[in-house]
Amino acid sequence: MTPFEIDTGTTAWLLASAALVLLMTPGLAFFYGGMVRAKSVLNMMMMSFGALASIAVIWILWGYSTAFGDDIGYGLLGDPLQYLGLKGLMGATTEVSFDDQTGIYPVMAFVAFQAVFAIITVALISGAIADRAKFGVWMVFTVIWGTLVYFPVAHWVFDFSSGEHTGGWIANNLKAIDFAGGTAVHINAGAAGLALAIILGKRLGWKRDPMRPHNLTLVMIGAGLLWFGWFGFNAGSAIAAGTTAATVWVNTMVATAAASLSWLITERIRDGHATSLGAASGVVAGLVAITPSCSSVSPIGAIIVGVLAGVICALAVGLKYRLGFDDSLDVVGVHLFGGLWGTLAVGFLATEAAPAGVNGLFYGGGFDQLWRQAVGAFAVLFYSLIMSLIIGFILHKTVGFRVSEEDERTGVDEVEHAETGYDLGTLGAGIRGMSYGGSAPSQVEEDSKNGQEVTA
Amino acid sequence: MKLVTAIIKPHMLDEVKTALESFGVEGMTVSEASGFGRQRGHTEVYRGAEYTVDLVPKVRLEVLVDDDDAKDIIDVLVKSARTGRIGDGKVWSVPVDEIVRVRTGERGLDAL
Repeated sequence: MTPFEIDTGTTAWLLASAALVLLMTPGLAFFYGGMVRAKSVLNMMMMSFGALASIAVIWILWGYSTAFGDDIGYGLLGDPLQYLGLKGLMGATTEVSFDDQTGIYPVMAFVAFQAVFAIITVALISGAIADRAKFGVWMVFTVIWGTLVYFPVAHWVFDFSSGEHTGGWIANNLKAIDFAGGTAVHINAGAAGLALAIILGKRLGWKRDPMRPHNLTLVMIGAGLLWFGWFGFNAGSAIAAGTTAATVWVNTMVATAAASLSWLITERIRDGHATSLGAASGVVAGLVAITPSCSSVSPIGAIIVGVLAGVICALAVGLKYRLGFDDSLDVVGVHLFGGLWGTLAVGFLATEAAPAGVNGLFYGGGFDQLWRQAVGAFAVLFYSLIMSLIIGFILHKTVGFRVSEEDERTGVDEVEHAETGYDLGTLGAGIRGMSYGGSAPSQVEEDSKNGQEVTA
Repeated sequence: MKLVTAIIKPHMLDEVKTALESFGVEGMTVSEASGFGRQRGHTEVYRGAEYTVDLVPKVRLEVLVDDDDAKDIIDVLVKSARTGRIGDGKVWSVPVDEIVRVRTGERGLDAL
């Protein structure tokens, strides 16, 4: 028997984390699905499942290579051909250093872990265009946006240089700290959500008709699944199952809890009630804000990150009403603002005692880390906003991103998917017979068997 | 014969049902309803956005009765459904031409 060459602890943790993060996308489908009206619940969930399907495939084809191939210039883009179709990676291994040790793990585990990041980022955008997008055009958007926006930005932020491999500019030149994707995931998706909300325009009857969430229990289940999966997202980003992963796990738990509390307190003071939607939204706001900062703050710092995330996002979700854009499920208010705060929080609250080993402004580190964080955050914000405006505009002007007025009134579930989310009536919703692939209605066949001539 | 219809608060249903049964009523139809009267509705808040919901959940209870019992049954309904607070609902009756029991074909008072 030969001793282990592969660090099985690291490999197991990374594969398990990847599965946890994958679950976040169905979780997001619940979270978003419950927040829309009953007539759009399936379309809302399908935008998440659609992103899961399309991004997983293109990640294997060219996504991984574009994000993690050798840099082809200025830290902007990985070589899309180097690992095209993941060629050469099946038996490959790579190294991770942690706790004064070095571990060897399969590159494929990293491919898997990063794939699910790409998927959830694209799915997040869909919250901005609830109730009104053409499903086919959304699917086309996921492929174009993933290719032109997410893959390059993942290269900037997540691709660290090592040995002969050269990575992205934010990670290696700017040295902004974004542990699990405050910029690449949340600011990126938030800015794209803003762009699409502007391009597609407001829903019919926005601010006039009631558009309250149709199922808050789904929203709560979704928030719970997101929180669960997020431990893979953040603690998994440590790669190794060591001290960094453990600290990050604790920070992720406590910041989230603190944000949920502070969102509830904010709305209790402002609106008079602590709501379940507020608790769920606070959870997500906290998770977003601790994502970039989980490796660089202490658990006490994490509480501060969380408390402020809850307050900032609870106030930010009202901006759309003042500025007049229909970001239906608050991708901007929660992910863009939460992501910005979390990314900048590293510059304020980072402490040398935390795994990242950097001091922020409040720990005597001066402005050095803070400006790096700000440059990274706003570079991703503007790149994503401009690219998303261009991609969205072209799709909208050519094939049309939005369903017709009549279809929007009827509901996108029926029009885009020919389905109904709920059949709760005792009257069978007026269904009269069925046919399959153009055959005669079954009601006729059934009844003819009984010797009766009935025309359906 | 008369059809007596009552719109009541959902949580009063058990009390009203018991009162009708002790009066001797042997059948009724109950359905969920929503609406508003002077009570109007309530407000709900979602992420700070306030909605006024003016359709309040109610229960609609219908009983077919003999003309002679109509006034008493209305009294029983009103008494048992009353909480004294706004939103207690309404009770009314309308004349009915014909009643048929589907199973037996009995008509009129026999079908009650």
